[in-house]
Amino acid sequence: MTDHLKYTKTHEWLRLEDQQATVGITDHAQKEISDVVYVELPKLGRQVSQGEEAAVVESVKSAFSIYAPVGGAIVQVNEALAKDPAAVNRSPYKEGWIFAIKPSDPSQAAGLMDHPQYESWVKGEKH
Amino acid sequence: MEADPVKVQAPPAAGRHSPGRLLEPLLSDLSESGRKGFQFPKLDVPEVPIERLIPERFLRREDVPLPEVSERDLVKHFLRLAHLNFSVETNFYPLGSCTMKYNPKVNEEIAALAGFSKVHPCTPDPALQGILKLLFDLEELFKEILGMDAVTLQPAAGAHGELTALLIASAYHRARGSHRTKVVVPNSAHGTNPASAALAGLTVVEIESTSRGRVSLSALQRAMDKEAAVFMLTNPNTLGLFEEEVLEIASLVHEKGALMYMDGANLNALLGLFRPGDMGFDMVHVNVHKTFAIPHGSGGPGAGPVGVQAALKPFLPGPIVVREPQGAGVFRYRLASPGSDSIGRVRSFFGNVGALVRAYAYLRALGKEGLRGVSEGAILNANYLKALVRKEFPAAVDEPCLHEFVATAKEWKAKTGVRALDIAKRLLDHGFYAPTIYFPLIVEEALMVEPTETESRQTLEAFAQALAAIAREAEETPHRVQTAPHRMPVSRLDEVAAARSPNVRWRTGASS
Repeated sequence: MTDHLKYTKTHEWLRLEDQQATVGITDHAQKEISDVVYVELPKLGRQVSQGEEAAVVESVKSAFSIYAPVGGAIVQVNEALAKDPAAVNRSPYKEGWIFAIKPSDPSQAAGLMDHPQYESWVKGEKH
Repeated sequence: MEADPVKVQAPPAAGRHSPGRLLEPLLSDLSESGRKGFQFPKLDVPEVPIERLIPERFLRREDVPLPEVSERDLVKHFLRLAHLNFSVETNFYPLGSCTMKYNPKVNEEIAALAGFSKVHPCTPDPALQGILKLLFDLEELFKEILGMDAVTLQPAAGAHGELTALLIASAYHRARGSHRTKVVVPNSAHGTNPASAALAGLTVVEIESTSRGRVSLSALQRAMDKEAAVFMLTNPNTLGLFEEEVLEIASLVHEKGALMYMDGANLNALLGLFRPGDMGFDMVHVNVHKTFAIPHGSGGPGAGPVGVQAALKPFLPGPIVVREPQGAGVFRYRLASPGSDSIGRVRSFFGNVGALVRAYAYLRALGKEGLRGVSEGAILNANYLKALVRKEFPAAVDEPCLHEFVATAKEWKAKTGVRALDIAKRLLDHGFYAPTIYFPLIVEEALMVEPTETESRQTLEAFAQALAAIAREAEETPHRVQTAPHRMPVSRLDEVAAARSPNVRWRTGASS
């Protein structure tokens, strides 16, 4: 299920469907930051540019910025995370999605990594 | 009804979700109706019924449920709580980035002198000459230590100093007709840097570090545009490493018309060796509660004086202490309003004077040579300890460090599942306070160790032995480390539950 996603160097994943891009953090990222205790969601309708901080995920370790993998308008946020931030750890690619963007320039996604590229990048980063 | 801390000690398994077990009863539990710990003096003015002074509708109908205890009970209660604690007085406290050095007691004696501690802040200047002279002289000392042209003593803490400096920077750019709203920080920066920038209404741009943990000049070059107001840098940085290219960094930042700010959290490495002003910084804050031996922790009052270069002096907060010669070597001190460019007051009265008096006493006791010895000792201790632990816990960037170093436990996590957090908890069982963990964020499983100059060689060696013992244990019985602490009055707390569903209100009778 992670094969068709796009990935950033800051460990967000992006799923493009019906001109909407859903964003979350990768399994690798959720393991690294450990137990998530709070997620600060962006406001609906907010315009974000590619690479701009859009949300904050707070774990017992620290607070981590979540950057928009592509620019556009925030069209959906995962309200369920307010009550259940642990979903980010439990199910990072499904229940733990954070927000969705309506991309202003769909070609931006082409510049992101695919799954094998992300995997080897994570391996490289560890050394 | 006295609690025996040994008897009520919760077994490790009971640590989760059992906050009701108390090691020391609350004052309200010790309360006995009618018991008193005070005596009012005899009323020496005519008595007036309270209804004549305060309108009826504001008067409380029931008594406030304050605990009623004797002075003896009260002292016993607080001392027992204090004894449950780790402190710089009782334990080695290598909390990286916090400079938890021992605070000489003579500073307390001086701060307690009636001329400093019993003065009302509204006393007219002519009767405040001693304290005003002290504040003036302290500014002069900081100017010299920092290589700055002017200093304000008002900010009440380090982060408050950061905010003050950023407000000064904004005012400076505005006065030059330049609209700049971006603050650039390295990704190893203290969390207070972006927080202060946000509070000052500025946006934060984070730049990557090099593989040696230093500022990447090319990343800085890309981030510095016409919008950039300030580059905030900690030197030595949060890895305890000196930014050797600081002069190149400064000229790059200045070429773009922005200002250089030094986060002074790590000043304990620089005293008498390097001055921020000589390294191209335009502004710097000082954490007197770190570098200058003021008790800190638990939110106690600190102070965060800010030094600036001449071009920024008009923007400093006020009032300012001025010294006026009266002839024959006699001076008069008074508080003067700042000029119209000033950002205004950032703190009531003169700042946290109690903390400033202690810093002054510390500086005067050490003198120039002593002050240099502080930093040399801090650097020597950090490098010695780094070498002692490197076999088990290598430094993230293995180069000579300054006053602190960041080791990594990532190999242990991969090999045994034991994390930096577990090692930190296990250190408590060995009688050492834990180092800072998981900071800076650019280091995996970070253990940030700052021994300070006030610890002996024996203490450093004992700490290294404890870390080696924990490493052996991680190999043999990892579970023992992962469930630590085992010898503390309180076992492993459930930090996740505490953060996800905090229960911060105590209700009488709601225990167990």
